[in-house]
Parts: sequence; C-alpha cells; structure tokens
Amino acid sequence: MSFIDTLLQGILLGGLYALFAAGLSLVFGIMRLVNLAHGDLIVLAAFLILLIVSTLGLDPFLAAVVAAPLMFGLGWLLQYYLLNRTLGKDILPPLLVTFGLSIVIQNGLLESFTADSRRISANAMETASVDFGGISAGVMPLVTFVSSVLVIVALNQLIYRTSLGRAFRATSDDVVTATLMGIRPNSIFAIATGTAMMIVTVAALYLGMRANFDPTAGPARLIYAFEAVIIGGLGSLWGTLAGGIILGVAQTVGAAINPEWQILAGHIAFLLVLLFRPRGLFPRAMD
Amino acid sequence: MPSLIETRGLTAFYGDFQALFGVDIRLEPGETIAVIGANGAGKSTLMRSVSGLIVNRHEMILHRGEPIGALAAPDVMRRGIALVPEGRKLFASLTVEENLKVGACGRQGDGPWTLETIYDLFPILKERRRNPATALSGGQQQMVAIGRALMSNPQILLCDEISLGLAPVVIKDIYAAFSKIRATGAAIVIVEQDIAQALKVADRVYCMMEGRITLSGCPRDLDRADIHAAYFGAEPHELH
Amino acid sequence: MTTGFNSIRTEIEQPQAWRVETRTRLSGAIAVVAIVAVAVLAAAPVFVSRGVVQDLFFILTMLTLAQNWNLLAGYAGLISVGQQLFVGCGAYALFGLVILGGLDPILAIPIAGLLAMLVAVPTAFFSFRLYGPYFAIGTWVIAEVGRLLFAQWKMLGGGTGTSLPREATKDMLGLSLLQDWFGMRASAAADALAYWLALALATLTIGLVYKLLRSKQGLGLAAVRDNENAARAIGVDARRLKTAIYLLTAFLTGVVGALIYLQKARISPDAAFSLTDWTAYVVFIVVIGGIGTIEGPILGVLVFFLLQNAFSNYGSWYLLALGALAIVIMLFAPRGLWGLISDRTGWELFPVRRLLKGGPPIKTDKGGPHG
Repeated sequence: MSFIDTLLQGILLGGLYALFAAGLSLVFGIMRLVNLAHGDLIVLAAFLILLIVSTLGLDPFLAAVVAAPLMFGLGWLLQYYLLNRTLGKDILPPLLVTFGLSIVIQNGLLESFTADSRRISANAMETASVDFGGISAGVMPLVTFVSSVLVIVALNQLIYRTSLGRAFRATSDDVVTATLMGIRPNSIFAIATGTAMMIVTVAALYLGMRANFDPTAGPARLIYAFEAVIIGGLGSLWGTLAGGIILGVAQTVGAAINPEWQILAGHIAFLLVLLFRPRGLFPRAMD
Repeated sequence: MPSLIETRGLTAFYGDFQALFGVDIRLEPGETIAVIGANGAGKSTLMRSVSGLIVNRHEMILHRGEPIGALAAPDVMRRGIALVPEGRKLFASLTVEENLKVGACGRQGDGPWTLETIYDLFPILKERRRNPATALSGGQQQMVAIGRALMSNPQILLCDEISLGLAPVVIKDIYAAFSKIRATGAAIVIVEQDIAQALKVADRVYCMMEGRITLSGCPRDLDRADIHAAYFGAEPHELH
Repeated sequence: MTTGFNSIRTEIEQPQAWRVETRTRLSGAIAVVAIVAVAVLAAAPVFVSRGVVQDLFFILTMLTLAQNWNLLAGYAGLISVGQQLFVGCGAYALFGLVILGGLDPILAIPIAGLLAMLVAVPTAFFSFRLYGPYFAIGTWVIAEVGRLLFAQWKMLGGGTGTSLPREATKDMLGLSLLQDWFGMRASAAADALAYWLALALATLTIGLVYKLLRSKQGLGLAAVRDNENAARAIGVDARRLKTAIYLLTAFLTGVVGALIYLQKARISPDAAFSLTDWTAYVVFIVVIGGIGTIEGPILGVLVFFLLQNAFSNYGSWYLLALGALAIVIMLFAPRGLWGLISDRTGWELFPVRRLLKGGPPIKTDKGGPHG
C-alpha cells in the first residue's frame, strides 16, 4: 500500500469521524452540554436503520430518510423532558445523566438485538471503487466523505442563514436575554438536539454500511467524535471536519505500520494536539 | 377601561432578600412614565418583574386587566411588552442586523417597525449593520438594543437605564428618538437615575426608594425638594 | 478513626467566646460505633465463611474506589470517567513487580500505588487542559490509551493477559503467620490477608477524606466548588489543590487495583481497564448513595451489593435498571439516598460543616441590605 493511498484512505475515514462529531459539536455549541450517550445514540440509529431495512425491505438510504425524523423526535423528547432538567451552572448532572443514559441504551440494545455483530447491506456499493490515475478509492468512503461535507455545509447554512440559526446563536450567547426576544430556550434546545440526531442518523447509515457494529460500539464512536472536535477546536464545524481528517489519517497510518496500532495512533495524535495546541487547531476567534 | 399595565402590591424576592415591598404603578395607553430612584431602589427589579424575568404572583401584575405576573418572559413578550435590558445585553456573536432580526422572534402581527423603519430611526445602524454588535460604540449599542426591542412591535416599551455610562451628547441623540417612538402610539416606561432627563420626557413620574414608591405625580406638579426627599430619603439640606 | 475526638476549635475574640465547631452530638456516639464496627469487621475472617469474607472484600474495595471518586467529583469538581486507568495501572504494576521483578506481592501493593500516581502526573497534565465536561471524556481517552498500551506488553500476556504464578502468592508476607495463628488453610489465609488489607485501606481512605475535608484545605476545596474565581481571589490555589487530590486518588485507586487483582490472580487489559467495573459501578454507588458526602458512598455500596446479589442474574436488564435508577436519582434526589435521610433526620455522621456556637444571643435584624 503506497503512502498516498494510505493518506487518501485516512482523509476519507475522517469524513465518517466528522459525521460522528458534528452532532456533538452542535449540541455543545448551543447549550454547553456534553452528551456522553452520543456514541450510543449513533449505534441506536444504526439499529433503527437496520430494522427498517429488514422489515420494510427498503434501500438503506431510503431507510435513513425514514429514520431521520424518528431520530429527530427521539432527540427532541430526550432533550425537552430529560436533559433540559439537568442544564445549569453545575456540570455534574448533565454528565451523570447522559452517562446513565449511555448504559441504558447499550443494555437496551443488547436485550433487543443480542450482542451479535450486524451490518447494513449496501450490496454493490460496498465493493465498488473508483480509480484516480493509479490510486483507487472505495465508492463507500467517497460517498461518506461527500456526505460529511454536505452535512457541514447544510449545518452552516442553518446556523448562519436562517432565523432558527439566529435563535440558536442568540440562546447560546445569553439564555436570559433570549427569553426577552420571545425565544423559548427549552424548545430551542430540543430542536437543536433533534437536529443533532438527524446528523447522527447520517453517521449511523455509513457506520452500519461500512463495517460491523454491535450494541457496545457506542463509547468508541463517542471518543472518536470527541477527539475530532477537540483536534479541530471548539466552535468551528470546518475545524471539526479537519479534526476528523487528522484523526482518520493518524489511524490509517498507524494501522499501516501495525494493525494493532490503529486506534492507539489516533489517540496519540489527539494527545499531541492537546500538548501543543490545547485550544485545537482551528478555534473560533471569539469565546 | 383597565390600565395598560397595573401592578398591585407587587413584591419581589431574590432568595431571602426582599427587593420590592408592595409596589403599585399604572401605565395608560400612549403614556410615557419615568421610574426614578438611586442605585438599589428596586427599579430594575420592577422592570424584570413586569417583563417576566422574575416570576411573581399571577394577580400582582395586570395587562389590560388580565393577570400576567406569573407568565415567563417569552409569553409576556408575545403580549406586546418588550424590555430594553439594563446593560444592553446584545448578542455578541450576532451582527447588528441579526440582533435586530432576533428581536422579531416573538412578533405578533403587523406594526410600524421593520428593519427599514429602525434604520430610519437610527441611520448609523444601517451603515454598520454587518458589524458584530459588540464592536459598536456604547451609544450605538444602545440604539441596537432599543431597535431590537422595537422589532417586536411592542405596545409597551420598557427601557432600563438606557443612559447609563453614555456621554451627554449621545444621551440626547437617543432620547431624541423617543418622540418618534411615542408617535406610533406605544406606551413607554423609562427607568432613569438621571432625574432631569426623566422629568423632561415623562408624562408622569414614580420615585422609588428601598423597594417602595415614595412619590408619584406629573413633573410640573412635583417640587424639587420633594423629589430629593423621595429619592435620597432625606431633606436636601442634609445632603453633602 | 478519629471521628469527633479532635474537632477543630477556634476561639474568636468575643465577649462570650464564640466557637467554631464541626462536631455534632451524634458524631461522638458515631465515633464509638465506628470503632466497634471496624473491630467487628476485623474479626470477621475468624468467624464467618470464606464466601462472606470474599463478599466483604468486594464491598470494601468498591467502597474505597467510591470514596476516591466522590472526593474527585463531589468535592474537587473533577468528574473523571477514567479512573479505570489507575485500577489497571496498579494491577499491572503488581503483576509486573511480582512476575518480572520477583517481588513479594504484599510489598508490591504500595509500590503499585506509587506507580499509578506516577502515571497520573502526565494524565493530569493533559486532562486538566480540557474544559469542564470535556475533562470527563479526556480522562476516558487516556484510560483507553492505557488499555491499548498494556495490550502491547507481550511479557504480561498482551491482549489476552496472564495469571499470577501460584508460587508467588504461596509464601506471601504474613501468610504463614496467619496459618500458624488461626490454623487457616492457605487459600483461606490468603483471602483473609487480602480482606484485612482492604479493610485497612477503606478505613484509611475514609479517615483521610474526613480529615482532609475538616482541614483548611477542605475549606478551600469547598470554596473552589462554590465559586472558583472567588476562591482564587482570596488566595486558594485551586489548580494546585485539584492536582494534589487527583494524585492522591490515583495513588489510592492504584493500591485498590493492585489489591483486587492480587485477589483475582488473573489479569487482562479489558478487565483491568474496564469502564463498567471500575467507573460506571463506582459512579452509580456514589450517585445512589449521595454525592458530596462521606456517608453517601457507604450507603451506596451496601445498596449496590444488595442489588448486585439480587438481580445480577438478569444481566443487561439489571444494568439497564441501574442506569435508569441513577438518572432518576440525579433528577429527583440529586443528593442521593443519604441526602433524603439527612433531610428528614438532620443526621450527620461525618460532620464537616463548621457551626458557630456559643456567644451572646443573636439579635436578628430582618431589614434587607441597601443593594
């Protein structure tokens, strides 16, 4: 495997990690909430897509379209009725409640779907590849990467070009003053988490089509998402994509040297960034 | 016909600390009233209570005769009551124009105020509309805060300490806008520490001290010595 | 334990001697009860069966882990979900020292704690750079790094792990003494030895936490928890205090880890660095019992043990219910079971609050300040 080839694989893998991370980043940006169940929600969405594919016989992409509004609803309910109660100055309640939620989701999935590894079948797309003057790239990783770019463009449009996005940013700046504008923060937070769950659905689609997953796969996904966010710098979605790419490249390079070092190499890249650029590589100017 | 706003024996607490002790004020349609008083007199607490930032007993505050004391800020706002908060409280990550647009979030129906009419009122804001709101001068920021409140087309505009920390010439500019705001038929409550400024624009004045109303009336009927007594709790000659 | 016998007393110059006390009437009696309880527990291996001793060992080691996590999260505001790092490092240090270094396991235990503390130095350096909630995930990532690195240590079995050789534990320090004195069989004596060490460690930890909270540093810690900036303004070095606590808990957690795996005699990276066993359970114990109190983890570990015995056969349903219970408690009774009890009764077994007593009758003036 040539070096350029490894690099390309890593960059494309970074797209998947950016998808894991975008929802985490959105929720943190708006309500300073770190959801320790984020990874488990990705896996939950993957099982939901799998369920839709197997029961309705839909194409995975169509199944994701069906799953996305369901996940939005789940996120909305979760935030409105559970997580909003934990928000405040103290960071302990949201962390412990989402930690508990992570355990609940994992074990709920174990009971419903057993510990077996699953995969969402994408048929021909799984093995198809495109040739770029000697370097070949899988269609699936390419589609994943393009999707992550599209998701980030759409999210930026939402945040910077719509009235909902203005309400997101205003609430993030100052909750109390936002209520004076007629904004209901609890609804805004619920919509934000709902939106994050739609991104989670996209992430879950590719997670499930690219590799096997099982009910305990969530925590590792949370960690990759977290690393991508911190490497990129808080508050910037393009930074998060860059963070995902760096993490992806570090992992593929590590794996090329020794397959056992894949995950470790990613962690070490993260620690190096933390050592030399504790605010991440592309932090937002303000805040 | 009931008053636009009426408070009845309004009390307010911050934890164990009582900030208001039975405050009664009235605001009639189209009227401008001023609430004056020293630091800590309870003026801001009164504004925070009326606007819903502090939740009170429901019947302590009436809007057109209907109780609103226990409503939260977004619901009060939707009834056409907008607050320009003390210290302006602009959204730092939004531009000037975005701050104004956010003000229209809870807008109900049509009214005189749009981005265009706000820019007519404060032309400088149009020039600077793409700037981050907090990059503006203090006076311009205050204009954004007032414009943001107006964007909801309120019938009642509450202004908390809008001249605090601004140069006299800037204060004059800002108060010049009030005649235009009044002309749209909106009722205005101005909270001020600057007595002279308040007396100049208000139809009626309430003076507060230590959480109580100590004096009220039309500016022309009020004696300077009475105001001093109501404001400082002492005869003017005892002051140094 | 020194409960209640050396309460802090500061005379303030006042006509009728004000006293600052942390002692309550209950705490004196509790001190006696505590000493009796420790004595009874210490005698347990002579009277009860081996199975009970093993259960008690489990309870005491979990209690020590819980007290440490409580000190971190409940008092120092450091919400770590990576304490499995120190359990794992302590355990692996023990195995390394015994298998590769030929050291006596009992001597290796404190050294294992020191090595865990050594690991905590770079860990603190990295994780303290992360803001509030991200600190939690940061500690987790570093624990994962630990797990992956130890999986690469082929001399200790790599990813599959290894066992302690029987010869190494057969002539552990003090073992033959026990066999002679109490006429125990070797395996029972080994259990008893581990149990006594666990009892000593749990007692030491509770005593240490109690003493720390009643000291000047404890007051500084409370100030930091209430308002870090204000605390800094009055001269509390928050960062130094937090670092010191982080290192201390790493040491104690490492010692517990070594002790647990001396008992288990078999190690693997996945087990020694398990998030569920060494952090999730510990978090549940503290949250259910009551975070930010010394009593909470004690009550929590008993509840946890009962739940574990009654329902652990239900596997993931049990874990699911445990997670849901923690969520419900966090939402509706954030001070846990002990919080509910002490609200009803006013009990404080380990009083750390400072109470002003004596002095002239207080004239209360109900007027508010002019502010």
